[in-house]
Amino acid sequence: MEFQFQFDWQSAIDSIPFLLKGIPYTLLISFGGLLIGFALGILFGLLSINKKWFLRWPATAYIEIFRGTPILVQVLFIFYGLPDLVGGPIDPLTAGIAAIALNSGAYISEVVRGGVQSIAKGQTEAGLSLGLSRTQTFWSIIWPQAFRRMIPPLGNQAIVSIKDTSLFSVIGVGELVRQGQIYIANTFTAFEVYFVVAILYLAITLSLSLMLRMLERRGLGSV
Amino acid sequence: MTHIVEMKGMNKYFGKLHVLKDIDLTVEKGEVVVIIGASGSGKSTLIRCVNGLEEFESGRLDVDGHALAPKGGNQKNLNEIRKEVGMVFQQFNLFPHLTVKKNIMLAPMKVKSTAQTVANATAERLLERVGIGNQADKYPSQLSGGQQQRVAIARALAMEPRLMLFDEPTSALDPEMIGEVLDVMRELAKEGMTMMVVTHEMGFAREVADRVIYIHEGQIVEQGKPDDVFDNPESERTQAFLSRVLGH
Repeated sequence: MEFQFQFDWQSAIDSIPFLLKGIPYTLLISFGGLLIGFALGILFGLLSINKKWFLRWPATAYIEIFRGTPILVQVLFIFYGLPDLVGGPIDPLTAGIAAIALNSGAYISEVVRGGVQSIAKGQTEAGLSLGLSRTQTFWSIIWPQAFRRMIPPLGNQAIVSIKDTSLFSVIGVGELVRQGQIYIANTFTAFEVYFVVAILYLAITLSLSLMLRMLERRGLGSV
Repeated sequence: MTHIVEMKGMNKYFGKLHVLKDIDLTVEKGEVVVIIGASGSGKSTLIRCVNGLEEFESGRLDVDGHALAPKGGNQKNLNEIRKEVGMVFQQFNLFPHLTVKKNIMLAPMKVKSTAQTVANATAERLLERVGIGNQADKYPSQLSGGQQQRVAIARALAMEPRLMLFDEPTSALDPEMIGEVLDVMRELAKEGMTMMVVTHEMGFAREVADRVIYIHEGQIVEQGKPDDVFDNPESERTQAFLSRVLGH
């Protein structure tokens, strides 16, 4: 029996309009989740380097739990597990955003911790010696420098999180991969469609990389 | 008497290491005190206690009428003291994300709520005074070490301190830049600023200091007028130290 495969450009092109419908969900889940994740990351990252153990320990526990378990398990737990606890269903979009938020929040906490700890102790001493309070020293001297150093790892995390949203096809969010699966169910053009899906992810992540490069370059005259 | 710094029986430990031993020391208003000693003798730690960057374990320390509490005590006076005491560090510690001018404006605006226009004018005046008026809009990394240290001095002066602490201000500088920093300090001393200076620049100590203090292993071994300490040191330890730093 002869086997012949040909990439069917027409099927690939035909699938694009349907696949594009998934992009708003992919973007909403990733950037909605990342925004909350960034807030969580600042909060828990700073708590994890606090001198007081009762602030530090819960933060460390959060970071270890959400870094140490797969995001797929996390989203399944939120979508299928939590409703038993809260006594009502959780819609897949919310579950997806929550999973990205909690998961990226744990990684961003570590980025924040690393960024802040990388700033030389002399900077804090200079701020304090000028009469600034600890809070003033932190927000006007340490944080701006630390944040600049955090941009590359934050960009890295954003790209990871965008790709992680592909896993949420399992809970039925109409994101990019889910759209692809639905389309393939009718056309059986798996090769072409997943190829287009991959290209679309690449388009999102590459534009993000490009924006981050530009942002980094603007940090002129600094460390 | 107008003591600006008064230490009485002050002790400081790093873990088990006893770094400052029963320090009694007063500094008068307008006095320039230069502290010399080998590295690890505790001289930097001593002046870092004055603005609370290091905590001490026991004894008393008053700065400009405010008592600093020993470790674990109530540090309610600490911020008051820091507003009145300027410090210049060995590594400059300028803020790299701010321009030279913004480095100087930051503290007056944040701490004293000085208006931006006023802070700006002060910064320009101070930069002029330390001889780098034309570098205001550069970032610290664009300046030479000597220029950076002069900015650091201007930054401290912007808070109109009553006392200036210098922690080895020229030790991180290339030799040809030491002079320009010492010149600014010399001017400052001439204008009547109270200064505590930790340095290895013996020439500067001899010329500018009202009093030289020699510290050895956390103890004040000898103090007096520079000529007396340098030419006729009483203690053998001081003699040995001076012959090592001056002798060859």
